[in-house]
Amino acid sequence: MTFSRLPLAGLCALLLAAQVQAADGQKLLTQGGANPAAMACAGCHGADGMGMAAAGFPRLAGLSAGYLAKQIGDFRSGTRANPIMQPIAAALSDDEINAVSRTLAALPAPAYPRTGRAEKAEGSGARLALRGAWERNIPECVSCHGPGGLGVGDTFPPLAGQSAQYLSAQLNAWRQGTRKNDPADLMGHVARALSDAEVTAVSDYFASLNPQGAAQ
Amino acid sequence: MKILMPALLALAIVAPVQAAKIAMEDQSQMQPVPAAAAAASVFQPPQEQDLPADAFGQLVQDGRAIFVDTRNQAAEYVGNGMNCTNCHLDQGRKADSAPLWGAYPMYPAYRKKNNRVNSYAERIQGCFQFSMNGKAPAVDSHVINALTAYSYWLATGAPTGKALPGRLYPVVAEPKGGYDLARGEQIYAAQCAVCHGDNGQGQKSGNDYVLPPLWGKDSYNWGAGMHRINTAAGFIKHNMPLGKGGSLSDEEAWHVAAFMNSHERPQDPRLIDGSVEKTRDKYHANDGVNLYGQMVNGVMLGQGIK
Ligand code: HEC
Ligand code: HEC
Repeated sequence: MTFSRLPLAGLCALLLAAQVQAADGQKLLTQGGANPAAMACAGCHGADGMGMAAAGFPRLAGLSAGYLAKQIGDFRSGTRANPIMQPIAAALSDDEINAVSRTLAALPAPAYPRTGRAEKAEGSGARLALRGAWERNIPECVSCHGPGGLGVGDTFPPLAGQSAQYLSAQLNAWRQGTRKNDPADLMGHVARALSDAEVTAVSDYFASLNPQGAAQ
Repeated sequence: MKILMPALLALAIVAPVQAAKIAMEDQSQMQPVPAAAAAASVFQPPQEQDLPADAFGQLVQDGRAIFVDTRNQAAEYVGNGMNCTNCHLDQGRKADSAPLWGAYPMYPAYRKKNNRVNSYAERIQGCFQFSMNGKAPAVDSHVINALTAYSYWLATGAPTGKALPGRLYPVVAEPKGGYDLARGEQIYAAQCAVCHGDNGQGQKSGNDYVLPPLWGKDSYNWGAGMHRINTAAGFIKHNMPLGKGGSLSDEEAWHVAAFMNSHERPQDPRLIDGSVEKTRDKYHANDGVNLYGQMVNGVMLGQGIK
């Protein structure tokens, strides 16, 4: 009994050491990383991770950790080009990427309505979101991003709670080829099939979905 | 009246037994038709915004809602994670995806095999019992009425009794050397797993499957048309990966369809005396290419999964 305590104490010490070494996601969010070039996320995305609509900085709160970590990795590798995010991503260690992704994923996000394909669709944006445009092989957005564009798993991020500025910038990045980090070009081929007017309409549609209980 | 009473009584006793019976026992493959791709022009169903704002328009809308959100809108009849539209894309409008406008004008349908005539309602009941692994709604139920009205409306202007190009799934030729499960597994990992999951389990948002399961307890059962490798290959070739139909070769579609259908799924509800062999011999032996009751990797498929 007395002997078995010794290894336990050792294990505790190890765990403590590991804790000190592991990157602190909350600190990364509010103060930035070990490398000064890794600026605090909160500066642009807000301490609540809800983004800054007018400037096109996206919501990160409540996104899947796997999706977030992949995006930061893609900024690093350049498959997703962005002049602000690329130097930040390059300055983060793998450890820091994982820690901050977990912290952001755990931030509370508002509940958005689960509008699905059974619902009526009025206007070009709602029609693309809930009906698609199959004559051009464009599936309903919600058939991958889920009802209400709430996001599904590590692959399909939420569209609800993102600004029209951010959503249209992403669709246009795919159309221009500056964002090409999607599996099997699944999003790229959809974005390229959209017209300018449709990019605006569908971005406005998802941006207009208000959290449940909020004023319209 | 005196003669009628016993007859009515007999009916009442028989009815509950009948309710549990299989509505459309013959689920074997239908006569193939030309693909829409090969046709000069393809039938165009009417637009949703042109629906009248009256009782008819409402019934059609109800049918559309049931078709795209079956699990929530007709929950008591669904026994898995599927919605009708999962296999009939674009709300049952898309050519080469067994569109409802291609189906409706072809019923009542005579099947020589069992010398029976199946009504449209029975066809839909069959989909509930096999593809949806659930229960058949009564022929005069709101669910069947609404789905029938929706199909009727989609077929506005289509000729009756004439198979239109784009009906069902097009036939895709089997690879010369047969299908290859190992190659199918590779194609699955590269092209399908991102959406349908590493184990074909699909992906959910809350309680709703968004990306539908391809095998396992929440998928279609062993009696559904999709369990045939040739039928699945036709669907996959023209409709998968989602939005990129036509991107796989015929061989790839067969390999991946075979891989998908070499996994367990819910039991065929027509199971005879609890015997997979008997059920295979009666219903699967002469129905296209399928693996029900066959040995794969030393295990007999068709055991079912709950
Ligand atoms: C971009 C995501 C995506 C990819 C990739 C994808 N699918 Fe699908 N698949 C879907 C969705 C969504 C549906 C349901 C369609 C609907 O409801 O409109 C579906 C439906 C199906 C169905 C019919 C429904 C079911 O669950 O049985 C089959 C079979 C299928 N897919 C097989 C495949 C195969 C095989 C591949 C790879 C070659 C593949 N899919 C790739 C998204 C995808
Ligand atoms: C797992 C995939 C799947 C699901 C889910 C599914 N079906 Fe089907 N359906 C099929 C297949 C496969 C066929 C064609 C069978 C064949 O070729 O033998 C078919 C055929 C049909 C037909 C006849 C088509 C014709 O041209 O004759 C109708 C009508 C139909 N389905 C309606 C429905 C309805 C309504 C639902 C929901 C209650 C539904 N299906 C759900 C796969 C599916």
